[in-house]
Amino acid sequence: MRAILRLAALSAWSRRLTLGLTLIAIALATTLLLAVERVRVDARQSFTQSVSGVDLVVGARTGSVQLMLYAVFHAGAASNNIRWDSYQALTQHPAVDWSVPLSLGDSHRGFPVLGTEADYFRHFRYGDHEALRFTTGKPFAGVFETVLGSEVAQQLGYALDGAITLSHGLNELGPEHGDKPFRITGILAPTGTPVDRTIHVSLESITALHLDWVGGTPMPGLVIPAEYVAKFDLKPKEITAALLGLKQRSDVFRMQRFINDFRAEPLLGVLPGVALDELWQTVGMIERTLLAISALVVLVGLAGLAATLLAGLNERRRELAILRALGAGPGQIFLMLIAEGVLITTLGALLGFILLSLGSLLAAPWLLERFGVVLGGRWPSREELALIGMVITTGLVASLAPGWRAWRMSLADGLTPRL
Amino acid sequence: MSQTAILIRDLGFAWPRQSARCIDIAELKIVAGERVFLHGPSGSGKSTLLGLLGGVAVPQQGDITLLGTDVTRLPGRARDRFRADHIGFLFQQFNLLPWLSALDNVLLPCTFSARRRERTGTDPRAEAARLLSRLDLNTDTWHRPAAELSVGQQQRVAAARALIGRPEILIADEPTSALDAERQQIFVDLLLQETAAVSATLVFVSHDTRLAAHFDRHIALPAINHGAAKEATI
Repeated sequence: MRAILRLAALSAWSRRLTLGLTLIAIALATTLLLAVERVRVDARQSFTQSVSGVDLVVGARTGSVQLMLYAVFHAGAASNNIRWDSYQALTQHPAVDWSVPLSLGDSHRGFPVLGTEADYFRHFRYGDHEALRFTTGKPFAGVFETVLGSEVAQQLGYALDGAITLSHGLNELGPEHGDKPFRITGILAPTGTPVDRTIHVSLESITALHLDWVGGTPMPGLVIPAEYVAKFDLKPKEITAALLGLKQRSDVFRMQRFINDFRAEPLLGVLPGVALDELWQTVGMIERTLLAISALVVLVGLAGLAATLLAGLNERRRELAILRALGAGPGQIFLMLIAEGVLITTLGALLGFILLSLGSLLAAPWLLERFGVVLGGRWPSREELALIGMVITTGLVASLAPGWRAWRMSLADGLTPRL
Repeated sequence: MSQTAILIRDLGFAWPRQSARCIDIAELKIVAGERVFLHGPSGSGKSTLLGLLGGVAVPQQGDITLLGTDVTRLPGRARDRFRADHIGFLFQQFNLLPWLSALDNVLLPCTFSARRRERTGTDPRAEAARLLSRLDLNTDTWHRPAAELSVGQQQRVAAARALIGRPEILIADEPTSALDAERQQIFVDLLLQETAAVSATLVFVSHDTRLAAHFDRHIALPAINHGAAKEATI
């Protein structure tokens, strides 16, 4: 047994160039497979964790998916708003720990504007309960101040203390609130969530913008300059949605019932985790596409792997022939083949995993910077282990099957070899 | 020493998809310890006969009895084992593993045949070393990969490998064809001497009758094989 393994090792060493190539092929196939799988899992995770630490999202009665779409993703428009009084009533509820109002409807060059309170930056959580961080600056303090998401600032080239004007509605060509520019007081760090694409202002600013507007257009003849808006009552009359945090998570269903049974107006409270999962199902095509890509990558990677192994086999044929002629039995030949196969495929898969970990470690700062994706070194998940197992199995089959064939033909070769 | 080492009776063999027999031998008997020079021109069936003796091919007719065992009746794996245990082969192309050292190449039969290992005595490595020195191979070549040795050195390594573990039968298939005439004779003499030392039966196949001088018995294959003769006349 030891003598056979020693022969296998020496033989493998003599073919180190070919085996090295095979090893690289296996490593690359593994890396590619795991990378695609990780992107798939991360995409889902980053989506379903677009908001975390929020117990309930509240809006006017509508579908839960639609509420999530506009309250969290700031996509689409709300069909109805919540009255400020109703919101106040909710926040007074004894189970509520904190609340953040959200007011949507304006935009800036295609990016949605979110009216909220400075508390938003304190309470909002995403991913694994990550808080929002400022790259520069601080939260807005007064009217006509704004905090930009990282992508907004980056794409439009905005810097601290710059000035922007907002447009009415979500349409890029909507009427401008040109007379009331906003000063940029802060820029947020990337999060990989819709926050990156959002322009944050105070609720009062939203009211102030629309003082001289009626029904979506500036009121003819009435112009209230920016410096006078402070003289008006800027308390909002209604908001689009609200985020609630509870003192105890266990109260969430009681609170949800309270919201859904709210007397003054029809409201809807949804659990963001559940609703996001539901939403992901509706956009499940993305995941299926990634899965299909995964499958294709598996196929191509493993085919390449098999091809490399087969190409290396001709070198072995004569060697197997000689060993058989000298009395090596099928068990011994099998041991040699399998020892090498296991060694190469396992080593290759391991190398692939290391390559992936190294790559994601090196790319982590860049990914965080550009996409707000948090990538950490981590142990392979069960799915990833299954993929690694698949690579190893294919490698083994690819190295054994032709080896076996060579063995069957090898005796004639061994005694009367053709060169 | 009158025991029969090789007994061929009524042997008939044709390669697949060929109607004419290339081997048709009524009887051939080789006594244990005999050193036989088997010669014949190319195409007279030398390699085929060796293949049958080695159990590579199975004859359609007749039987081959080696050391009292009818190898044509053995199942494939047992035939492989019988060959590894009792027959030393010396090939035309030496068939050394190029990446293995000279010494390890010599030891290969002991790896695969327990019987050959036991028959080397207590230490197979010492026996391999002894054979290599007997065959005039310098100690500095023993640990070099076979691929780095000269043709003459490779040939002597191959001979040592065939001889290790004292197999009862030694079959040499044109082992000298890669050497010049003078070295051929030296090698054949060495081989005869070592075969005698382990008291093995030697079947030495060649087309070159000049080498036949020191053998006990000469057999012209065309004289006993009617198959090839028939084929040749067609």
